[in-house]
Amino acid sequence: MGKRSFVPLFWTLFSVGGVVAAFLIPIHLFLFGLAFPLGWIQPPTYERLLALARLPLVRLYLFVLCSLPLFHWAHRFRYTLYDGLQVKHLNELIILGTYGGAIVGTLVAGYLLWSL
Amino acid sequence: MADKITLEVARYDPERHTEPTFEKYEVPFRKDWVILDALNYIKDRLDGSLSYRWSCRTGICGSCGMMVDGEPKLTCATFLSSYAPGPVRVEALRNFPIVRDLVIEMTDFMVKLKKVKPWIVRENEKPISQGEYLQTPEQLENYKQFSMCINCLLCYAACPVYGLDNLFTGPAAIALAQRYNLDSRDVGARERREILSDHEGIWGCTFVGECTEVCPKHVDPAGAIQQYKVDAAIDWFKSFLLPRGAK
Repeated sequence: MGKRSFVPLFWTLFSVGGVVAAFLIPIHLFLFGLAFPLGWIQPPTYERLLALARLPLVRLYLFVLCSLPLFHWAHRFRYTLYDGLQVKHLNELIILGTYGGAIVGTLVAGYLLWSL
Repeated sequence: MADKITLEVARYDPERHTEPTFEKYEVPFRKDWVILDALNYIKDRLDGSLSYRWSCRTGICGSCGMMVDGEPKLTCATFLSSYAPGPVRVEALRNFPIVRDLVIEMTDFMVKLKKVKPWIVRENEKPISQGEYLQTPEQLENYKQFSMCINCLLCYAACPVYGLDNLFTGPAAIALAQRYNLDSRDVGARERREILSDHEGIWGCTFVGECTEVCPKHVDPAGAIQQYKVDAAIDWFKSFLLPRGAK
């Protein structure tokens, strides 16, 4: 390989992020969006959830859950802008906005989970 | 059942027209006729100036690809009766320059095809006296599906990414590269990767999947491209972690 391109890295994050978004996020949406508020399942108390979220493995899980789908969004939105709006000439700006946005979102998620 | 059907055929002569216009022809409506039969009828009986490519009539040569009612089709394998009562619109394959009427200019594809080295690459050829290169049925199965490609270019006409930006290597060329990459006799994967892992090679594909939908030989180019992306990504991580080891 001549010049090192980072496309494979972002594609991998996109790909793995798609799997996470498709398989794991619906579970959370179902639990916290429907089952708990509608009383289908008895929700755990706030204290129990907080204690659970503070476990290192759960923190790591939540970090992956927040970060990877953002990279999935970034890659897909980048190509949606290219092909849908045909603004490939704004390449640098789009890359900054999409992958940059995902990186910022990842940092924010990391900070929030760290400071739980 | 009506005994005639109307074909609206795109006509284009670069010396006289700025863009294709449509001409209507009435042809006999026969159940056993394919679109190509109707075109041959027009050429033989109604208008000898109509230009189009065809050769084998049996879905093997890949020359008679055209847009039929807006869909890329092999006209030798597409029955008139599917479009009854008509009219049926026949145009040159989308996404390519037109030479004349229904004939496209396919140099772009030929250049790309050659670039991905669609042949068996070997470091050392063994002498004929040592016999043939043997392959197990499993090794054959690995690439057989991709070897069915007949270069008909329906997948290029169906691909919106290629339509927007023809720098993209495109479905058939990538599927054919993969056909040789997966062949146990071939060692050219690394050479091909130089071309394909380029931004306009595989990464341009956004997995629309239309190439696979329209492929008359069930090659699944979209699958080949996704599979190739995974391989190329693994290769990228390897070369990143072990810059020398991956060579």
